[in-house]
Amino acid sequence: MAAYRLKQQLVNNMSEQTSQSERDEFREYCQRWLEENRPPPTKIPLPQNAYEVTFHDHRTYLCDWQAKCYEAQLIGTDVPQDYGGHGHTEFQAIASAEVRKANVPYFINWIGLGMTAPTLLIHGTEEQKKRFLPPIFSAEEIWCQGFSEPGAGSDLVSLQTSAIKDGDNWIINGSKVWTSLGAISSWMLLLARNDKDDKYNGITYFMADMAREGVTVRPIHKMTGESGFNEVFLEDVVIPDNHRIDDVGAGWKVAMSTLTSERGAAAGVGAVASSESPLTAVLQLIELAKTTKRNGITVWDDPVARDRIVNVYVRIEATMQNARRTRIKALNGGAMRLPLQGKVVGSEIAQELNEIALSVLGLKSSLYVGDEHAIDDGKWALGYMNTYTGTISGGSSEIQRNILGERVLGLPKTK
Amino acid sequence: MTQPRDFGFDEETGMLKDAAKRFLDEKRPLDQLRPHLAGTEDPYHGSAREAWFDQDNWSEIQGLGWHLLAVPENAGGVGMGLVAAAAIQEEIGRAACPTPLTGTLQATFVLREAKADKLLSQVAEGTSMALAIHGEDGSLEPDSTDVTANGTSLSGTSWYVQDIHKVDKFIVSANSEQGIGLYLVSAGDCDLQGDKIVDLTRDQGRVVMNGVEAEVIAAPGEGAEVLSRSLSAILTLLAADMVGAAEWQLQATTEYAKVRTQFDRPIGFFQAVKHPIVNMMISTDETRSLVYNAACAYDHEPQDALRCALMAKASASETASFCSNRSTQLHGGIGFTWESDVQIYHKRQMHSQFLHGDASWHRAKLAELL
Ligand SMILES: Cc1cc2nc3c(=O)[nH]c(=O)nc-3n(C[C@H](O)[C@H](O)[C@H](O)COP(=O)(O)OP(=O)(O)OC[C@H]3O[C@@H](n4cnc5c(N)ncnc54)[C@H](O)[C@@H]3O)c2cc1C
Repeated sequence: MAAYRLKQQLVNNMSEQTSQSERDEFREYCQRWLEENRPPPTKIPLPQNAYEVTFHDHRTYLCDWQAKCYEAQLIGTDVPQDYGGHGHTEFQAIASAEVRKANVPYFINWIGLGMTAPTLLIHGTEEQKKRFLPPIFSAEEIWCQGFSEPGAGSDLVSLQTSAIKDGDNWIINGSKVWTSLGAISSWMLLLARNDKDDKYNGITYFMADMAREGVTVRPIHKMTGESGFNEVFLEDVVIPDNHRIDDVGAGWKVAMSTLTSERGAAAGVGAVASSESPLTAVLQLIELAKTTKRNGITVWDDPVARDRIVNVYVRIEATMQNARRTRIKALNGGAMRLPLQGKVVGSEIAQELNEIALSVLGLKSSLYVGDEHAIDDGKWALGYMNTYTGTISGGSSEIQRNILGERVLGLPKTK
Repeated sequence: MTQPRDFGFDEETGMLKDAAKRFLDEKRPLDQLRPHLAGTEDPYHGSAREAWFDQDNWSEIQGLGWHLLAVPENAGGVGMGLVAAAAIQEEIGRAACPTPLTGTLQATFVLREAKADKLLSQVAEGTSMALAIHGEDGSLEPDSTDVTANGTSLSGTSWYVQDIHKVDKFIVSANSEQGIGLYLVSAGDCDLQGDKIVDLTRDQGRVVMNGVEAEVIAAPGEGAEVLSRSLSAILTLLAADMVGAAEWQLQATTEYAKVRTQFDRPIGFFQAVKHPIVNMMISTDETRSLVYNAACAYDHEPQDALRCALMAKASASETASFCSNRSTQLHGGIGFTWESDVQIYHKRQMHSQFLHGDASWHRAKLAELL
């Protein structure tokens, strides 16, 4: 598997190349910078994750913030300077960890950072890297991901959007769905079928200009009432051949490496899509339990409720220790074993945490965003619902378990 | 003090752990144990089970020096920390190996916390030990004991003592007017009454003392404090053992799911089999990370050691329970037989889950720190 080899390379590259004292120094720098440059809060609170950004004001605010972080070397940290990066080694993971810890706003261009950039770094041409990476880092160009279609979700390879070669161009027809940030994006990572008869080798990977004629974006509302994802219709959209990534027919292979990045298995270039670390969230939950009184005692004093909360606390510490252990070759049980668990475990714990918060609040959990009596502005009910983003998108938890069983444990393939 | 990123797991520790794995793979302690179980199966009519462990194996382990790993150098040991001891214990758990080493490693950390250098040199010289610190109710508070001390003379009964027939000496907690003290007694001076227990890889029982002369480890009034401090190490060692056993359960179930064919396919094809196996791995990995963290905290960041150890054992108890449950279920009838090693691990885990407290107890203790 190409993605597997890729991961192996990334892990090998992480071996000691920068000294501990340099790393410590950089960590301190990040902490200091984030503390001194924390932006003031927005008038209307930001959505909980970068997935749901739609307001113009939020967009501007978040693009400015990301540009500033890029300038401060927290983004594109380990990317070569030729491609707009800062040319360090082993510093990105430190920067990203500090950004997560600092509880500052997330990076709006998380798809660009988390998917486009890693994909281009591996599969892009020299020209593509030079043209597209810098505006990803600076948030001048926002990206979305056009993989899923109405008939192709978990079974992504059955996608039908067509790409037909026309001289130096490709003509695209079809539709995409669940396209996060589609309404505010300049570019889309697009998978389209160039050969109907070859399921795996008949897909080609493109970068589609969202401003082109024939692209129509229609927002979809989520169960939370928020928007953020969209339907995207593509009608005779023209894409020049130099916006194709990798070979004709290599799209599936390239998509797999994008998905590996999306699931957090690759080192990445600094994507942080959520501003709240799991540790912060569970400490808030404990605080909530200590301050919520029911039937004469605080919820924290109810041993059953407390037990559930502490269990989540333990599991969150475990995920942090998993991340630490991932880097230690002698202890990680193989290059892919821990990285491939990250998404499914993190998203399911987040779901459990938020669900427990609802039970801590009891009937108060019914008060939603905008209600004057709602605790924490209704963020717990909202947050609980939004955790399904994590368990469904980017390969559902069920699909993740298939992958873990097959690639890590070597169990027979479901497909 | 802060923890090193690499869990304090240096090259030497890595080599030690690899060597332990190779040694135990080769010795196959469960195959050695099997003949000694013959005839004892039936709980109603079977013959009584003799506590058994491989004496030669123990001599070889001593030859390899595992028993003095964590003994300080000035007491004749190697002077390594809990990281190294837990690494060895994880391999012991993976092999479900009956051995006095488990108790001896725990005892070592109690003696270290008590700064009992003279007694530590006994460990270095090959004396095996186990903890005798529980009363009849199995209470887990460090100040609960049914033994009383009159000077250096101990009377009363210690309950739920592990590997009671395998070790030379016991660390006994005993009460007196000045409070809890810790004492060392010789097994030969006590009346040892074995329990009949579920776990086939350990033996357990009561140490009955009637005016037994003891050496003092921690003076009256100081014992509970020493035990509290040692608790982090004891819990971490146990959790390491459990994560080793859980890894065995994961690997054995994975292998079985690849070779057992039903409905014309290996059963691992079916998601109702595949996904729970993946969950075993997820659970095992969470525990393993917490165990390494706890061991490293004990060695490098003692002020955080208890919190980390409570997390490790809370997680280990959940993992042990889940992996045991799934390993038996997914093996079908064969896993439910006496013949299969699956039951041996299952029962060792059932036992370990409740040693020194179960998951909800440790979470309650953790809550006090949060
Ligand atoms: C908030 C959100 C944002 C998203 N953003 C994007 C985006 O930006 N770009 C994009 O391309 N896509 C996006 N997606 C789409 C997402 O990747 C798909 O929803 C996902 O792949 C699941 O596909 P589906 O919705 O068609 O569900 P289905 O594939 O129809 O799945 C339905 C159920 O069946 C289960 N299932 C399916 N196949 C199997 C199997 N083989 N074994 C076991 N269980 C199975 C699934 O786990 C799920 O529980 C987003 C989705 C959400 C919810």
